[in-house]
Amino acid sequence: MTYIQLSYGDLVLPALLVVMNGVLSIALHLRLEKQLAIATARMFIQLVLVGYVLTFLFATVSPFWTALAAVVMVLFASREIVARQKRRLMGVWTYGLGAACTLMAAGTVTIFSLITQLHPDPWYHPRYALPLLGMILGNTMTGIGLGLDVLTNGLVRERAAVEAHLALGATRYQALLPVIRDALRSGFMPTINGMAAIGLVSLPGMMTGQILAGVEPADAVKYQLLIMFLIAGGTGLGTLAAVIGGGYRLTDHRHRLRLDRISSERTT
Amino acid sequence: MLTVETLCRLHVSASFELHSGECIALQGASGVGKSLLLRAIADLDPNEGILKLDGVLRESMPAPVWRKKVTYVAAEPGWWAETVQEHFPAWGEAIPLVGRLGLPVECGTWDIRRLSTGEKQRLGLVRALLLDSRVLLLDEPTSALDGKSTKIVESMIADRASLGTSIIWSTHDGAQAQRVGTRLFVMSGGRIEELPP
Repeated sequence: MTYIQLSYGDLVLPALLVVMNGVLSIALHLRLEKQLAIATARMFIQLVLVGYVLTFLFATVSPFWTALAAVVMVLFASREIVARQKRRLMGVWTYGLGAACTLMAAGTVTIFSLITQLHPDPWYHPRYALPLLGMILGNTMTGIGLGLDVLTNGLVRERAAVEAHLALGATRYQALLPVIRDALRSGFMPTINGMAAIGLVSLPGMMTGQILAGVEPADAVKYQLLIMFLIAGGTGLGTLAAVIGGGYRLTDHRHRLRLDRISSERTT
Repeated sequence: MLTVETLCRLHVSASFELHSGECIALQGASGVGKSLLLRAIADLDPNEGILKLDGVLRESMPAPVWRKKVTYVAAEPGWWAETVQEHFPAWGEAIPLVGRLGLPVECGTWDIRRLSTGEKQRLGLVRALLLDSRVLLLDEPTSALDGKSTKIVESMIADRASLGTSIIWSTHDGAQAQRVGTRLFVMSGGRIEELPP
């Protein structure tokens, strides 16, 4: 397996394409040049740093450092989940629900694949565990964020319908079911659409990366299929847990709708 | 039958007894807390106090069971499915009541979005009447109806009361309160006061 190595100097010419975007922004008065410059700088610094971090982690192969890296990734994911919501759960649930569901779903699916399919030695080897977790995490985060957003907005919008159902003696799960269904559909759709379009509309980044690194396309495809199955499982599990958990939090033991547990709509 | 002792929800507090077949007409200005009181009795919002139905504590039964016995009907009832009949466990049982309220039998297949406010209000009432609740908490049940439909609703509720169902009927209309109420309550500053007969 051979691949063409790049030096940082090799990146100068491609970086000019971003400069070209900046020039376009200035010429067309798009006012995006500052954002573009910050985003490019952030991307560069973050990727270089993560490269050093991964080099350290791969060299040490420590369960502690691997777990710590995984926890940090999950915390950033939960922050992203909250940032994408118009209305948020209050108190410890704001970050807690997203973080717990992301950790449970992405963690379970990653460990499942490491133990049953990949068999690295040791099983938590960061070279396999962290890239897998990262890819599953990104998609799980999107599913959970969308699911919770549709759930909270749906309950506020459909309050009269939910309470009419409750007033007639429905349990909280019966009354919330139409909104929960909508939330689950929204959470699952990006993954389903991604699976349907993959290979035709887009070549996934991981597969492309493996091919560029010298892996046979047929082998890269198998890895990509594994990843897609894991992403589908993780997203389904995480979205289901987050939406059911959100529904549980937004009702109480007396089967009452508790919209007072959502913060008011954010103005952005 | 229904005992309400020191019920408290935000600025609203109330204590009273409601006997079988009675109809309390509850009057008061907008925003005074009539809906809050009815919703608290139905346990739809967090509240404090002791409520009993036939001597049985509210908290001793699951909330859905309580609400089937003590049923709140909102002035603007909500809808969770696409067609009218999907909101009824057995549409066939609703047809006699629907007909009596002047709605066509085929309205069961209608899309909810085509209903007028008055049609929704009448169908919301039918939905609650089918439960055969012990207590009906009616929140402005005729606010969107014309005179003819209002009379029919008043007559239907009187029939229910004659069978032993107890009613709390919130209304802005003083004349209606006199017509439907066997007892008259006025709410002011979150507290209720019973007027002499």
